[in-house]
Amino acid sequence: MSGIVIGLIVIGAVVFLLALWVAGVYNALVRLRNAVKNAWSQIDVQLKRRHDLIPNLVETAKGYMTHERETLESVVKARNLAQGASDKGAGPAEQGAAESGLSKALSNFFVVVERYPDLKANENFLALQEELSSTENRISFARQAFNDAVMTMNNRVEMFPGNIVAGMFNFKKEAFFEIENAAEREVPKVAFS
Amino acid sequence: MFELVRANRRKSALLILLMLALLLAVGFAVGFSVYPATDSFVMGHYRYFIPVGGLAGMAVAFLIWGGQALAAFASGDRILMAAAGAREIKKEDHPRLFNVVEEMTIAAQLPAVPKVYIMEDMSMNAFAAGRNPKHAAVAVTQGLLGRLNRDQLQGVIAHEISHIANRDILFMTFASIMLGSIIMITEIFLRVMWYSNLGGSRRYTSRRSNRNDGAARLVLLVVALVLAIVAPLLAQLLYFACSRQREYLADAGGAVYTRYPEGLASALEIISGNPGTKASVSKAMAPMYIINPLEAGARSLTSLTSTHPPVEERIRILRSMGGGASYNAYAAAAGKISGAGKVHIPQAALAAELAAVRQAQAARAAEPGQGSMGPALMAATAGQARAPEPEPEPGERQRFREAGDLVRTMNRFRFLQCACGLKMKIPPEYKKTLVKCPRCGKIHSLEKTANA
Repeated sequence: MSGIVIGLIVIGAVVFLLALWVAGVYNALVRLRNAVKNAWSQIDVQLKRRHDLIPNLVETAKGYMTHERETLESVVKARNLAQGASDKGAGPAEQGAAESGLSKALSNFFVVVERYPDLKANENFLALQEELSSTENRISFARQAFNDAVMTMNNRVEMFPGNIVAGMFNFKKEAFFEIENAAEREVPKVAFS
Repeated sequence: MFELVRANRRKSALLILLMLALLLAVGFAVGFSVYPATDSFVMGHYRYFIPVGGLAGMAVAFLIWGGQALAAFASGDRILMAAAGAREIKKEDHPRLFNVVEEMTIAAQLPAVPKVYIMEDMSMNAFAAGRNPKHAAVAVTQGLLGRLNRDQLQGVIAHEISHIANRDILFMTFASIMLGSIIMITEIFLRVMWYSNLGGSRRYTSRRSNRNDGAARLVLLVVALVLAIVAPLLAQLLYFACSRQREYLADAGGAVYTRYPEGLASALEIISGNPGTKASVSKAMAPMYIINPLEAGARSLTSLTSTHPPVEERIRILRSMGGGASYNAYAAAAGKISGAGKVHIPQAALAAELAAVRQAQAARAAEPGQGSMGPALMAATAGQARAPEPEPEPGERQRFREAGDLVRTMNRFRFLQCACGLKMKIPPEYKKTLVKCPRCGKIHSLEKTANA
């Protein structure tokens, strides 16, 4: 009789501790996921800023770059694609791909701008350029925080024994955010003058 | 980063307590020597003596400090900014400065963007103020804005933001008020003693007390005098030592946030090369500037009474961080330059950083299919130096560079184009014949290219 009672108490205690542990891990996972979400929204704000700046930039450049319709169009197209991805709430992976396209189009654009000294001296253009480069800096700094949050989350989701709890409540690995900048990967050109 | 702040806070609390103890000791000694009578009461079998004068002195000392500290806390950065002659600006006034501050706010993950102030002064300096990261402000001089490029400005702002993130400002404010209180009390005491011809206690001894008592009072008076002379010095040393450590930490933070130590290093170089005297700098505020405006001449001198580490050393540490812009790299570089143990970056921060790097490497090894993710991940965790990206916006920067080069030509700088694309500017004071490119490490001879 008393043996059964003791056994029941022991089992009950073990179950209770286990439940406590599961609750703890669950809460930690929720916290991490919210941190990832928050970090993403920080990036999203900056991406929107980037998308909003580009029409103005193109509008300013249009007057000077009469022979560069293709370049301008490709910038606008890439920008619309990126904004479309942002509007429908595509995740970091898809958004990153779209933003990479935009970065590439922009770097082409700025190469072409070199041929238009008047445009380069335009005050409005310079202001927009400062805004744009600042926005890119912000994106890269915010990306750092986001990728840190994602890594912490993914470690928790994948590592034993957290992965058991994560599997039970369907916590998924999060994707990293990466903007592939074509120009960054190329070897810088060397000019002897 | 949290570890860092916590370690910082622990050390600050200890230091504040030490200074508070010193303040109370001074208060006690002064009070006691002014009014050495004691009250007494009996409890149980013992008779307890209460040094009324001493306790009153302690209370007064505490009130003097507390009142000032409260006033400083309530007024926040406004008084400081007014004292420095700074005015708050809006984004339209200086978009670039504003952008840089916002960028660094994101990098440091502060809860709010600090207010931005400009000081109408042609000297080059900057400082941060505010009681916590939510209510903070940064101020830069007009001279700084005019002469630094964007990367250098970013380095300076990152240093200031790092002060904010580490909560250095609140601490330094409290500590400097404490220092001021100690100095004030001891000064008044010494002056009173001087004018009363050291005979303040004769009144009491003239009452019919025994000789022993008089001697004890004389000893106490001497102790109080010694304390009054030593305490301000001791407090100052404590204060300066802590200030220097915080500068190192802020430099490290500046490198980590921008991932580009060279920005801050070259900014420090320029600032220290153009000391310029800033009008209206009070002694109490001097430690808050990026380079002490009162010690601007002493570039390589280190002493117990410096609020900042020597600029040359700070620059050398930043430059020898190599590719890795992390607290680890900074600690390693500092160990090499200043000798191990002199610069203290909390161990916990280093350990956390190492763990992050290892995790990143493990993650990379585990997923060879996602190769493109690697570099970003590494950069995100290890804080590697920024890749030398070709500037997408050469226009404005080019203009600034050209303007800067013009000024340098007038100052008889020599220019040298390195094969890696970097244009080196060699100051006329540079006497050696060989120079190493800071970007690619190639050694150039100066004699051949004297007028390049």
